[in-house]
Amino acid sequence: MAEITMTQALNKAIDEAMAEDDGVFCLGEDVAAKQGGGVFKVTSGLTEKYGEHRIRATPISETAIVGAAVGAALAGQRPICEIMLMNFVGVCMDQIVNHAAKLRFMSGGQTPCPMVLRTTTGVGVGFGGQHSDMLEAWFAHVAGIHVVTPSNAADARGLMRASIDANDPVIFIENILCYGLTSEDPGPGYRVPLGKAAVAKEGTDISLITYGRTVLDALEVAGELDKEGISVEVIDLRTIAPYDEETVLASVNKTGRALTLHEAVRPFGTGAELAANIQEKCWDKLKGPVRRVGGTFAAVPFASHLEQAWIPTKEEIVGQIKASMGKA
Amino acid sequence: MADIDRDKLRDIYTRTMKVNRTDEKFRALLMEGKVAVMYYCVRGQELVSAAAMAALEDDDYVVCTYRGQGEQTAKGIPIKKWWGECLGKETGTCKGKGGTMHITDPDTGIMVTTGVVGSGLPIANGLAMASQNNGDGRVTLVSFGDGAANIGGFHEAMNMAQLYKLPVIFLCQNNRYGEHTAYADHTDSPDISSRAAGYGMKGIKADGNDVNDIYPAMVEAVEHARSGKGPVLVEAMCYRMMGHFFGADFSYMPEEHIAEMKAEDPLPKLRKVMLEHQFTEDELDSIVAEIDAEIDEAVQHALDAPLPSTDEIYKDVLEETA
Repeated sequence: MAEITMTQALNKAIDEAMAEDDGVFCLGEDVAAKQGGGVFKVTSGLTEKYGEHRIRATPISETAIVGAAVGAALAGQRPICEIMLMNFVGVCMDQIVNHAAKLRFMSGGQTPCPMVLRTTTGVGVGFGGQHSDMLEAWFAHVAGIHVVTPSNAADARGLMRASIDANDPVIFIENILCYGLTSEDPGPGYRVPLGKAAVAKEGTDISLITYGRTVLDALEVAGELDKEGISVEVIDLRTIAPYDEETVLASVNKTGRALTLHEAVRPFGTGAELAANIQEKCWDKLKGPVRRVGGTFAAVPFASHLEQAWIPTKEEIVGQIKASMGKA
Repeated sequence: MADIDRDKLRDIYTRTMKVNRTDEKFRALLMEGKVAVMYYCVRGQELVSAAAMAALEDDDYVVCTYRGQGEQTAKGIPIKKWWGECLGKETGTCKGKGGTMHITDPDTGIMVTTGVVGSGLPIANGLAMASQNNGDGRVTLVSFGDGAANIGGFHEAMNMAQLYKLPVIFLCQNNRYGEHTAYADHTDSPDISSRAAGYGMKGIKADGNDVNDIYPAMVEAVEHARSGKGPVLVEAMCYRMMGHFFGADFSYMPEEHIAEMKAEDPLPKLRKVMLEHQFTEDELDSIVAEIDAEIDEAVQHALDAPLPSTDEIYKDVLEETA
């Protein structure tokens, strides 16, 4: 099989879903051919195949975009809406939180809302304070939605297909720095089930639980620490919420140590929820406190060296692992 | 103006009285302390809802607000289920999990009842977009108040609907108050319907207290939307004759406003039109009596119905928990 980038993986997943089901359509700012097929080219080539009704370029109207996706989903379609950058969800939270997430429950199960909300973000590209945040914890805190993020191209293809299949809203987070990552193409029809984590690397001394771009950092650190005789197990959650508790707890019960890692700011982050749950359920097996690494509790700064200082570093991850091992 | 035929008049009268008698009954139950729930009275706006629903087909979609009793009952929601939901019972449309502000009944096209002002408009676009995509011929009607015309979603939704020529009817029930704030204290422009022009959209302003004005306006709007010409903004002038919600103080309404709305009360005006069309007092009274009997039965059914099981809080969160 050929190699594909994450961008191509997402495009193929959407393309094959649209080919199979007339109810699947895309809407968002700049997504159609006339605008270049999406600011990151994920919907490139699809307008030519499916027409402007199914690749709808929208005005800059996030509330109207998500609201339209909600309404179309209630009518039985499977919209894939795009919020160009994750910080812009601040403009349309009402539609996501009060409507998409709750309409199944509030209707007693009569109106499920099968929609995917694709969005992009990431620290490290110099976009500053309003174009960089990972805001997954905002959505993980709301009942009624799945929160998904791939760390590699193959998972991107499989998670996108599973997200389009899902009969509930999915917040699908794409990291800007991951679009160019390549994997062997898993091929048509490939699906990665929602709610299933991957053991990205097996290990025995500590469980490093992460997702998205920081999986790359985690794997790099784990490789380096192998040479020092520290065996790190890397768990890639893939679905952040509701997450694969079984895989996480099994890993920590095996290693007896846990570190959570995410690009989002540390306080009140998903790492805090993971740590609390692990401590409640693996207390007898834990050899020390669950530790957390996350972004600095400040807006993402612009100047490159400030931005790099803001991001969780590999040194910080190594330091926390060694502290956990009593080797600091 | 072409006369409304007698069958349609009877239909509108029946729907109007359904809304009114439901409202009267709800307020009586609240007054008597038999139920204690949030309820947003629709007294004064009955005809607008009835005329709008009478202009739709049964399978058209409706999105309404917490003050949505009129649209729900006039569209034909099964009233036992409606009362069950309002009383938080297992027999409710939403198993008691939605309540008065979130009535949903897809079988009668009641797709969303939102508790957030203005949030229904963008969702109505989506329902209409689905109809445009799959060519099912439905229109979507979204009802909201004058207060909702000032939230951002209104602007976003109006622009998008016109851009795509969506089959949607934006029904602004201008009841002269946004929550507790009078129209003149929240909006300086003389009306809402003229905003349609700013979007390149068709706008209609109608007297929501006069069946001969509001019903033809709704028919015109629905025909326009259904024919593929695009959305319509209808502003139905009406009065909210009570407070924002049941029990809310509305002593802030000036005396002259109260006098004006009493003079314009749509119910006596509609009755007069009916009599002019040779309906007899007895005929009209028997329509109301039939509605009352049905409501009394539905209320008793709801009062006697079991509470939802507490397990329901874990169900319908995601498909896996359905």
